[in-house]
Amino acid sequence: MLSLGSGGPKPAKPSFVSYVTPGEINSEKDSSKKVEHLDLLPGEVVFCSATPVLRYTQDDLSQRGVFGTLLCTNFRVSFISDESPQEEVAQHFKNRLYGENDIPLSCVDQIYGVYDEKKKLITGGQVKNKYPSKIIFHCRDLRVFQFCLTYAKEEDGRRIFQGVVRHCLEPKSLKCVFAFSYSVPAKPVLQENQRTVMFESLEDWHQEMRRTKGDCKPIRDNEAFEISHRLPKYFIVPAAVETEDLSKCEGKGIPIWCWSHHSGCALFKMASVPLGQEDTMSQSHMERMLHAVAQNYLYSVKTEDLTETLPTLQDIQQSYNKFKQFFLIDNTMDFWLSDVKWFSSLENSGWLDMIRQCLRKAMEVVECLEKENTNVLIMEEGGSDLCCVVSSLVQIMLDPYFRTMVGFQSLVQKEWVSGCHQFLDRSNHLHQKEKECQSPVFLLFLECVWQLVQQHSPAFQFSETYLTVLSDSIHVPIFSTFLFNSAHHKASVLQAESPRSQNEVLTCPPVWDWSVQFDCKAQDFFINPLYAEKNKPDKTQRKTHKPKHQRQLSLPSSAFKTPPKKGFFKEETESLKKMLRMRRVSRWLVSPDSPQASTREFYESWQRKPLDYHGVLLPCLDGPAMRVWMQRYLRWIPELQIFGGGAIAVTNRLAELQGEVVQLRRELDRQGRRENKPDNHRPLALSRSSVRLSSSFPFASNRNWSFKPVIPNSRLHSIDVTDNLANQEDEATEAFTVV
Amino acid sequence: MASPSIPAYNSSPLENSSSQNASRESLKMEPLADVALLPGEERVIDKDLIYMCPFSGAVKGKVFITNYRLYFKGTDTDPTVTLDVPLGVISRVEKMGGASSRGENSYGLDITCKDMRNLRFALKQEGHSRRDIFEILFRFAFPLSHGLQLFAFQSQEKYEENGWNVYKPLEEYRRQGLPNEKWRVSFINERYELCDTYPTLLVVPFKASEEDLKRVATFRSRSRIPVLSWIHPENHAVITRCSQPLVGMSGKRNRDDERYLDLIREANGTPKLTIYDARPNVNAVANKATGGGYEGDDAYQNAELVFLDIHNIHVMRESLKKLKDIVYPNVEESHWLSSLESTHWLEHIKLVLSGAIQVADKVSSGNSVVVHCSDGWDRTAQLTSLAMLMLDSHYRTLRGFQVLLEKEWISFGHKFASRIGHGDKNHADQDRSPIFVQFIDCVWQMTKQFPTAFEFNERLLVAIVDHLYSCRFGTFLYNCESVRDSNEVRTKTVSLWSLINSDTSSYLNPFYTVESSRVLYPVASMRHLELWVTYYIRWNPRIRQQQQSPVEQRYKELLALRDQYLKKLEELQLSDSSPPPHLTNSSTPNAASPTQRVTHLQTPF
Repeated sequence: MLSLGSGGPKPAKPSFVSYVTPGEINSEKDSSKKVEHLDLLPGEVVFCSATPVLRYTQDDLSQRGVFGTLLCTNFRVSFISDESPQEEVAQHFKNRLYGENDIPLSCVDQIYGVYDEKKKLITGGQVKNKYPSKIIFHCRDLRVFQFCLTYAKEEDGRRIFQGVVRHCLEPKSLKCVFAFSYSVPAKPVLQENQRTVMFESLEDWHQEMRRTKGDCKPIRDNEAFEISHRLPKYFIVPAAVETEDLSKCEGKGIPIWCWSHHSGCALFKMASVPLGQEDTMSQSHMERMLHAVAQNYLYSVKTEDLTETLPTLQDIQQSYNKFKQFFLIDNTMDFWLSDVKWFSSLENSGWLDMIRQCLRKAMEVVECLEKENTNVLIMEEGGSDLCCVVSSLVQIMLDPYFRTMVGFQSLVQKEWVSGCHQFLDRSNHLHQKEKECQSPVFLLFLECVWQLVQQHSPAFQFSETYLTVLSDSIHVPIFSTFLFNSAHHKASVLQAESPRSQNEVLTCPPVWDWSVQFDCKAQDFFINPLYAEKNKPDKTQRKTHKPKHQRQLSLPSSAFKTPPKKGFFKEETESLKKMLRMRRVSRWLVSPDSPQASTREFYESWQRKPLDYHGVLLPCLDGPAMRVWMQRYLRWIPELQIFGGGAIAVTNRLAELQGEVVQLRRELDRQGRRENKPDNHRPLALSRSSVRLSSSFPFASNRNWSFKPVIPNSRLHSIDVTDNLANQEDEATEAFTVV
Repeated sequence: MASPSIPAYNSSPLENSSSQNASRESLKMEPLADVALLPGEERVIDKDLIYMCPFSGAVKGKVFITNYRLYFKGTDTDPTVTLDVPLGVISRVEKMGGASSRGENSYGLDITCKDMRNLRFALKQEGHSRRDIFEILFRFAFPLSHGLQLFAFQSQEKYEENGWNVYKPLEEYRRQGLPNEKWRVSFINERYELCDTYPTLLVVPFKASEEDLKRVATFRSRSRIPVLSWIHPENHAVITRCSQPLVGMSGKRNRDDERYLDLIREANGTPKLTIYDARPNVNAVANKATGGGYEGDDAYQNAELVFLDIHNIHVMRESLKKLKDIVYPNVEESHWLSSLESTHWLEHIKLVLSGAIQVADKVSSGNSVVVHCSDGWDRTAQLTSLAMLMLDSHYRTLRGFQVLLEKEWISFGHKFASRIGHGDKNHADQDRSPIFVQFIDCVWQMTKQFPTAFEFNERLLVAIVDHLYSCRFGTFLYNCESVRDSNEVRTKTVSLWSLINSDTSSYLNPFYTVESSRVLYPVASMRHLELWVTYYIRWNPRIRQQQQSPVEQRYKELLALRDQYLKKLEELQLSDSSPPPHLTNSSTPNAASPTQRVTHLQTPF
């Protein structure tokens, strides 16, 4: 029998999607005893399995490993070890949905087959009569798995190989994604004080505008997606935009309000309208829209077409493809071979430079808003990729609210989910053939945020681990956040898939419901123990920051501000017209000869002031300051585990001390001498120093790291010393004379 | 006169000169009218000129030169630009432009420093305005080339602690459990007669007689025979160090040397002695031509030889030079990583570290090792001291680290004078090489990877490297013990450890956790090695100079909070019946108490 989910109170919803042929189901009998060990999720079905399969332990070339069963379900590829499960090595950070030996189907990045010692990339759609002796998984969360199939029965081996390839690599429909089979009893919505603002109601938008003291016009005309499928139900536009403007260009060319600066100027984004030479209609529309934006504050506007200045989606995808290869390492030999050219390889991938470009662009926008107080309109073709990256970064740099966890999540909702970022197409969960639409744009954004977090850690309430887990969650096919291309897409899919009976709920939680993946203790790792919470008694935390902060730049900006109204307006229009006709948008501020000089100056004047973690935050973009997100990329590589070291050693000490302080505080409270404030902060529940942690903690924590040092294969090194210095004697002088 | 508070201010005289430190510098300077001189420091000349600051442009100001330092203070700039450069840091002074040079500020002086920066001053073109300052700078920056004394011999600084007492060889060997029945202390070198670059006290195999030592000395380059550096407390495996054997082209053998190495092996029953030759194989072979070489298989039956592929002093010097090119004055941006790679600096660090890891691993698994390079005072010192740092937690304490430097580097004759060129004008001397800086960099890499394992912090490492050049202390002067003795360094100069140990608090790592028997193996992969930005790029104001890392700050806040709570608890327990007003009182702001500040800053509680 199939072992179906036992988690829910009633049998899981039978899937109406046919994933498998009857033959596949029959074959499960012999291995069902193994399958018992697997805790299936509600709605999870096993397709096929093979046993015994050898899982190589990645450490070396010795081909040692563990025997067990490899199986494939509608959610994951899973390996169950024959060895009695290790006594749980105090699992601090267990994901409730999948374990360290599970790969969610959409987390599989690439599969390689080894045929007669030759490694071949497997692609979907191939006819595979011959199955490989060894199968290698490269995962999107950077794990690498290697299985040897030769010990299993030939039939099983072939079946598991074909099953895995079909379910991981071949095109499928959205309905086959596990989210639509996954059913858990609906949980009561948590009445948290501070919940993530989803921006799914008009009220959410109102509230955000009140928070930032914006003065723009909320629009509800798209409630039934009549204006556009690429816009959310509700959004906000400059007050001067007329209702009839909205439907002119099929939802394009509408400046969407993102955020208002305390000075009154605001940031807008827009899906640009293709401007043909003769197309006077859309030209005049664009002009009207620019006016509308300009009118928001002091008739000023700066525009930037991001398509022209930032990398394309394909560039981003290609760059990331190169970059990730440096972390998907099959064996020690490859590791040390690649170590020699590590820095130049990193650079050649261009990934860090893309992060830098996005951060720099955001800094330019920050400069316009903060220093010059001009409205800013950023545009790109769809208005939902780099616009989201830049607008979110700008808001993080300017508004400390977005550096809290709830604030950050609300920001992702506002700019990315409501902003109709095509999460589904960009992640290519469905393995559609047109690869052009696949691009890790959201990951690029998280990378940028990580740079900010590592440079200004105390300014952020969330930790690096939070960002790493969020980046992993993109590939867990359960969360509504990442499954759809737009609000319209979500609405139509959910409507079509709505459960037949009232009792069954299609859960599809947002990723922000972290309890789906982690228990409370594990969620503690999301909190940054260094966060310098704002030191003030008043509860009105949502209020925008006031301009008096030290790092707030309030340089005189008269040079840039347009003098009062009227007469000037015409000129501005003319110039705008000209700009548009030439299809050129000025690179603001930046003099053509030294494009970086201006931001550099802006950065330096900011840097000279004392740092206020609740004020404006700018990233340093110098070479040494841009770093690799070590936790995300290096956590699974055994050669790189620093046993008992790494930043975690310090965090651990900090957490211990924090725990101690909390204890003392309780003791003091118990003595009844202090006012009883509820203690709503848990101490970080890291393990105590008795257990030594590896530098990749909390990830990969139940692996047995070796105590032996890792010794580089130094023979492979190739310092090429071109001159003959290397052959010289240490002592140039013949006789050693004592001075 | 010499109050201890003055040195405290000067504890890191080379810190970033511009912007952030400006206020502090001026605080220090104003009350003492311009420059707070060290005891023994004397002003030589003042001059108005323009500092061509690569970061903030031309800065008008005044320069003061003393027998110890060059001090510059900008006049009309905000923030005030200051420079405080010990003359010992200067490696080269050159005239720039001529009397007829065109262009603004094209006439002046170019100063190359050993600490990763260059200084350029512009003067008025008329009247040979730079002649006097150039000559004075040249004399005082290179006193030894002009028959003058190094500043360390003029300094009158006094400290509570006498740093010369930090390292007492016998005490250190006793701490290691020596002598024992297998190893003895030999005084054969008491008058530096066996080896003039070794210390007086040597630990050698018990079974080796003084005559044996003399015969072995004939077969080792510069008589640097294998002697014990460290012994494992449990398995009694040892680290011994020496120079290369004098094998030569003809492949000479020496029975005494062979027998001597076998005595080392025997001492703890190691089946095979491992000899680590720090050099690349080819270089070791090439050394045969000049009479050197390595231990051949047939001659040393019970030994295995491993080459560690670490390059020589010339390669290291060029590598650091390249590094300077990419970090000063401007830091590469988009091609930063490939530029960094092309310097090979981190790759050399990787090889040194991985060599030391192999040594440490061998010893901790019970096998004795012999480490040498050519002469056994550069790469050998790096390897033995790093391996000892990995194996012995005592060396990771503030004092233990000083002992390690005194022992493995200073007493065993790392040629500081030749490698650094203290007071010597010959800037192109081929003997100069940043071997010691490279070692400190390796230590820094280890502290980065194990942030809780070291009692000292980064400030100590920076202070050490700063005073490696400054010539303010006697610690790093001269090439070996015998020369130091004849120059009476211990009596005529102050030790750097006097400064450090009189004010330890600023050099302590708050996260230090004592774990006595733990072996530290850093990961010697480029993925984990990083450039020591806060040292190599510290002159660049764009690289943020955080006085204190946020983690450290937060930790200290918590510590203060804990103490505050503990105190309150104690108070409460003492006076159970005390009226509430007492506590209300204690929580009202009371002036500038540090704990009070913490209460405001506290966050998650």
